Amino acid sequence: MVEPEGVQGVPVSGGEDGAPASLAVILLVSVLVVATCGLVYELLAGTLASYLLGDSVTQFSTVIGTYLFAMGVGSYLSRHVRSNEIGVFVRVEILIAALGGWSAAGLFLLFPLVEDFRIALYGLVVAIGVLVGLEIPLLIRILRYRFAFRDLVSNVLTYDYIGALIASLLFPLVLVPRLGMIRTGFAFGLANVAVAIALLLVLRGRQKIGADLAAALAVMLSLVAGLAGADHIQRWSEVAFYGEPVIYARSTPYQRIVITRRGEDLRLYLNGNLQFSTRDEYRYHEALVWPVLGRVANPREVLILGGGDGLAAREVLKDPRVAHVTLVDLDPEMTHLFRDEPSLARLNGGSLGSRRMTVVNGDAFRWVRQARGRYDAILIDFPDPTEFSLGKLYTESFYREVARLLGPAGVLTVQSTSPLVAPRSYWTVASTLEAAGLKARGYHAYVPSFGEWGFTMAAHQPPGDAVRLPAGLRFLSQASERAMFDFPPDMARRPTPVNRLDNQALVRSFAEEWGRYDG
Amino acid sequence: MAEPTRREVLKGAAAASAGALALPGCAAQSFPGTLGGADWQRGHRVRDGGFPAPQGRAEEAAIVIAGGGAAGLAAAWRLKDAGFEDFVLLELEDTVGGNARSGRNAVSAYPLGAHYLPVPNREARALRHMLQGFGMIMGEEDGVPVYDPYQLCADLEERLLWRGSWQEGLYPSSGLGAADIMQRDRFFREMAEYRGAVGADGKPAFAIPRAGSSADPRFTALDGQSFARWLDGRGFTSPVLRAYLRYCCRDDYGTEPEHISAWAGVHYFAGRRGWAAHGDGDRELTWPEGNGRLVTLMGKAVAPHVRSGHTVFGVAREGDAGALVSAFDHGAGASRQWRARTVIMAMPHFVAARVAPVETIKGALRYAPWVVANVTVNRQPRGRGSALAWDNVSTGSDSLGYVVATHQSASAGEGPTVLTWYMALSREEPVAARKLMATRPLAEWQRIVADDLLTMNPDLAGAIERIDVWRWGHAMVSPVPGFLSDPARLAAIAAKPPVLFAHSDLSGLSLFEEAHYRGVVAAEAALAHLGHRFESLV
Repeated sequence: MVEPEGVQGVPVSGGEDGAPASLAVILLVSVLVVATCGLVYELLAGTLASYLLGDSVTQFSTVIGTYLFAMGVGSYLSRHVRSNEIGVFVRVEILIAALGGWSAAGLFLLFPLVEDFRIALYGLVVAIGVLVGLEIPLLIRILRYRFAFRDLVSNVLTYDYIGALIASLLFPLVLVPRLGMIRTGFAFGLANVAVAIALLLVLRGRQKIGADLAAALAVMLSLVAGLAGADHIQRWSEVAFYGEPVIYARSTPYQRIVITRRGEDLRLYLNGNLQFSTRDEYRYHEALVWPVLGRVANPREVLILGGGDGLAAREVLKDPRVAHVTLVDLDPEMTHLFRDEPSLARLNGGSLGSRRMTVVNGDAFRWVRQARGRYDAILIDFPDPTEFSLGKLYTESFYREVARLLGPAGVLTVQSTSPLVAPRSYWTVASTLEAAGLKARGYHAYVPSFGEWGFTMAAHQPPGDAVRLPAGLRFLSQASERAMFDFPPDMARRPTPVNRLDNQALVRSFAEEWGRYDG
Repeated sequence: MAEPTRREVLKGAAAASAGALALPGCAAQSFPGTLGGADWQRGHRVRDGGFPAPQGRAEEAAIVIAGGGAAGLAAAWRLKDAGFEDFVLLELEDTVGGNARSGRNAVSAYPLGAHYLPVPNREARALRHMLQGFGMIMGEEDGVPVYDPYQLCADLEERLLWRGSWQEGLYPSSGLGAADIMQRDRFFREMAEYRGAVGADGKPAFAIPRAGSSADPRFTALDGQSFARWLDGRGFTSPVLRAYLRYCCRDDYGTEPEHISAWAGVHYFAGRRGWAAHGDGDRELTWPEGNGRLVTLMGKAVAPHVRSGHTVFGVAREGDAGALVSAFDHGAGASRQWRARTVIMAMPHFVAARVAPVETIKGALRYAPWVVANVTVNRQPRGRGSALAWDNVSTGSDSLGYVVATHQSASAGEGPTVLTWYMALSREEPVAARKLMATRPLAEWQRIVADDLLTMNPDLAGAIERIDVWRWGHAMVSPVPGFLSDPARLAAIAAKPPVLFAHSDLSGLSLFEEAHYRGVVAAEAALAHLGHRFESLV
């Protein structure tokens, strides 16, 4: 190769093709841009794959491997570009902008629609990889007359690696947390198409650019539209958020109810938080219900607070001694759904439609204050105290009202988050029940969907060990029931504050402990 | 009301505090709602006269309370509590409660004005006694009052929109420079010293009720200058601190720091020593309907004595034996008279001066106008950073933010609620602001409120169902420099039976505690005058 004379690092003016010197500057800048974009698409695909398919090590590893290999293919194919390298480069940029820009949004939207998501995912990864692989060889060829060869290689690779650094830092620190994946895709697609448009503008007058410019502008327009509508796309693709096919989704005034099904596994999510999986909900609900009913001599009147899915009620109604159940749940759409939809009513054995059942739709926080009944057993099954509003349902004031509703020989239990992940939060529930004048006792069970899960039993007298369990339970036996009350040191009781309306100690510790756990 | 001209509307928009937020020319989205306020027609008729002459014989009552706001109701409550029944309370509006009145719709009850009561100081004996009677104080622990946790403001109490993100508390906690931090710490240190300070007369430097404050000139000298000047002089120049203090002045007094007495400015921070068990001394009592809860309970306690829809338009002294009270009964469309041995004028001073000119002397009391909007939304506000609090304030807005009506009553973090939005029209002269209030149409208020709310909470786009706007022409007395020695105020305080005065403007501070104290003091003076035996709560 002939090395033209040139000052190190500075482009030789007027290349062989007679293009202006500004072209070289734009091209070098574009190395930086395309390198950044290329890595961002790769990271997007890897993150999306681990997000949607799980197992991040495998997903990242295979996506990155495929992508790098596809880049190799692209580099190989670059030899078949025999003329008009710059024109081809511009078209490659437009194509990358379209594919890369829409990659995240497209994958999210495709996820619930396609039979095998992996084909779509790897197809896209290969396509983008091949195109990105074409970029650098083409750029080197375009620039070969403008730099001494040693400078050229040095320049291009330097910008390439700087771009990689920029992308790898921006992606986790700024892009994903601030923009989200869908917007990130669009934003970098715009960067690619900007390179294409800048080159086309430099080339105008020397080449026919009309068709290319129109294509570039069309892609740019679609990306801008996508960026503006990213929120809508996010909502449509909510399906993908759950990682399982969604069979029901509805927003009520109180929450977003989503039900997914994969094979036999049906799951309920409220506001994105898993409430149960049919694979193991029996463990949770047996542990919630039977230690309580098994300690009450004659549980005629039972109160359930929360539990609008009717699964706890299903367990309760198995007990022939129970004459009547009152279930208080905020959201009428929730209880109607689990009463009227046959596939869901089958899960709870039609508990919500039972003649022994009274469903009250109202805010339990208000309801307990005006309620007048006496209950032999009270099962409190609220969502975790993730917000101040929910935290009120775990306060001393609330438990005082509940204690008033609990018969003299009655027993209650409270689902009280994980004693392993959030031991301080877990034991706060016991401290708070005690501050409300009750005797509390913790127990826990392993529920695979949730992990190690905790409950707190309480009564006017200290709850004893003696328990009568019905036959036919899948999880609880006398021995396994007894074992639930044993807390190894990592979950052992520790001093905690009392959760009051005016300190919301539980919401604060819950956020801190789960925040640490979720990293 | 005459249709305002376009020029007036535009001028008004430019002059209003929130004017900058209004976008003239953009398609106004209109919301359902109502435009309400203190009954101006009835109020202005007191000024303009023209009531028919009273017919028939005058009714007899030992005590007539003229005015059913917090002070008048407190006087009535005090009489009833002392076992005294021979009194009537005349109220111009159709419901009692004054600026603590409340509204209600299908979603929630909500305040129209005053919306909280800080846990009272130990010296507020009468008020504590009343709160005990209402079950708000449930008992005592080691002699210290225990408050009902349901009625204390639940956590999270306050959040602030600061630099694009919500944070807990109302003082910015991030992005402060070294000077900001030093000044902030020095300011709160000095206020803590004032809170503990005792004058040469053995009284606390700053007390609530205000009447319990020391007369030591070391402290009262602060009344000689504005709060803003005092802050300048003390080197409190940090913009963050000053913005916070401006918010405080407007929130409690409806007035800019330039226009309030430095004594009142310090009193805001140094007057409160809430007395409560469980460390609740710095908390506030609040309810979905705000202080509507308090006035409703007081009103119920004295209901048989209340005559609402009665505008008192004349009080004529009959020697020292009593006074003749003339009132127009809006229901009957006729004027009536009461012959009372004592009259308690439980109305703001500027009204009292119209009703009984010879009993008052001229002063310089100023009143701040407010606008309160109740915004019904079909979902709760959110935002980046801290979760929704009871009181939500933005550093970027000239409004005073909004409180959430369902904060105390519900545990649902999602469903519909009512947001009560506050704005003190403190940037312009009160007279100009009142004129603006009288002419600006509902749709324009709604647009100002919606723009401000959506700037704070873009997440509420599409969630607003209705906006009800309420205007208070004279919402609060302004403690202007020199208010401690204002002759009108001092004369009204010193008044003797048969004509007494009771209103928070006698204290110069528009606080429920002050209104209550003035009502109780007047009631006890009346009882003493009538020779009724009672044990003083003052």
